[in-house]
Amino acid sequence: MYPAPFRYFRPGSLDQALTLLSELGESSRPLAGGQTLIPILKLRMDEPTDLVDIGRLPGLGSINIEDGIIHIGSLATHARIGRHAVAGMIPVLADCANGIADAQVRNRGTIGGSVSTADPSCDWPTLLHTLDADIVCQNAHGSRSVPIREFIADAYTTALGNAELVTGIRFKCPPENSGGSYIGFKKAAPAYPAAAAGIQITLAEGDVCSDVRLVLGAAGPRPVICGEAESILRGNTITRANLEKAAEAIIAESDPPSDIRGSSGFKRTMLHSLFMQAADIAINRARGNRVQGVHEYV
Amino acid sequence: MNMSESTQLVPITVSVNGKTCQRQVEPRLLLVEFIRETLGLTGTHIGCDTSFCGACTVIVDGDAVKSCTMLAVQADGSEILTVEGLERDGVLHPLQQAFSSNHGLQCGYCTPGMLMSSLALLADNPNPTRKDIRKQLAGNICRCTGYQNIIKSIEAAASAMQED
Repeated sequence: MYPAPFRYFRPGSLDQALTLLSELGESSRPLAGGQTLIPILKLRMDEPTDLVDIGRLPGLGSINIEDGIIHIGSLATHARIGRHAVAGMIPVLADCANGIADAQVRNRGTIGGSVSTADPSCDWPTLLHTLDADIVCQNAHGSRSVPIREFIADAYTTALGNAELVTGIRFKCPPENSGGSYIGFKKAAPAYPAAAAGIQITLAEGDVCSDVRLVLGAAGPRPVICGEAESILRGNTITRANLEKAAEAIIAESDPPSDIRGSSGFKRTMLHSLFMQAADIAINRARGNRVQGVHEYV
Repeated sequence: MNMSESTQLVPITVSVNGKTCQRQVEPRLLLVEFIRETLGLTGTHIGCDTSFCGACTVIVDGDAVKSCTMLAVQADGSEILTVEGLERDGVLHPLQQAFSSNHGLQCGYCTPGMLMSSLALLADNPNPTRKDIRKQLAGNICRCTGYQNIIKSIEAAASAMQED
């Protein structure tokens, strides 16, 4: 057995789980799908004294839309999100969910786990920045909603307090004249992406970009919001020249680290291509065309 | 390590290949170790042990999962299907037969995972395209075959299962 010994608890309700985590203190960890935590335990990179299994808590896996707000429960698995009707309405959700790791991992891994881990290469945090999502967090005393750009504070660091759990993700359903795309480049399916680009773009009359959000993944300690590139597109007509200008700005704004997944220069080149490909898909979707998305760069 | 003197044992009940099994397990026991060492079902293989290769793939409540990245305690109350559950009364499952007939394996180490992963695919999608098969097997690594005959085997199994 590779993990160090720990005590195991499986509370029956969210309230019990929150109380338990608070009582057990800082050396306890919540366990949901385990697709990040279990490999960490096996490598003994973390040796918690107690695991609180929240994986089957009732109600936390629901996905719904109410008054134009999408709510995804934190225990919703990538596989479940990818198959859900909401992902049919907002195809970028399907692109992202169905491209994470492989089928087996998607069956166990949860969106709540992905945002709580805040790995700089994780897919959901980057995509959720393009949707300006809020992360719903709860502890034994109550719940609060934190914008994702405040929630992800640094690499592997979130705004979650002790004994506080992510219970859901919320964001406004993008309008009909808005389209999204998210593409990551991975060396193999089960690997994290070496680079990723996400875009959500809204087009007004005459192909004028009325709003846009451009976010890069695996390009820094946290998702990189490309404000300069956004301002090049916002308020202007979509043209090839403007997109190229925005792509150049993205390269200037990103500072991807050289690591086992590639050199910084290689990743910048990838980010340029990923952005151009993602922008093409998102613009087509914003124009009302049904476009097959790809999570993986081809 | 702030552990109590005695190791905690957690009672779990699972159905494995249709047979109910009750055991007391240490919480840190991985599902693959439970299957192989506690139950003695060694058809499920440990390959990379890092959630990459898929040799340990089993079906838990209808979903293909990597049993090296799941704790046995997380499977409590679940129905598990391993490669040993495919054969019925001495007759190979159509997938096993197709892998055999189409040379879908060489050393055979990845094969149990390949079989369980493709079983999950065919349950959802009885008539998959080559692209669907490749996508499903993205989490299963084979170092011998070059995959071509594995894909051929799954196509053959899909046709055979539709004829039944």
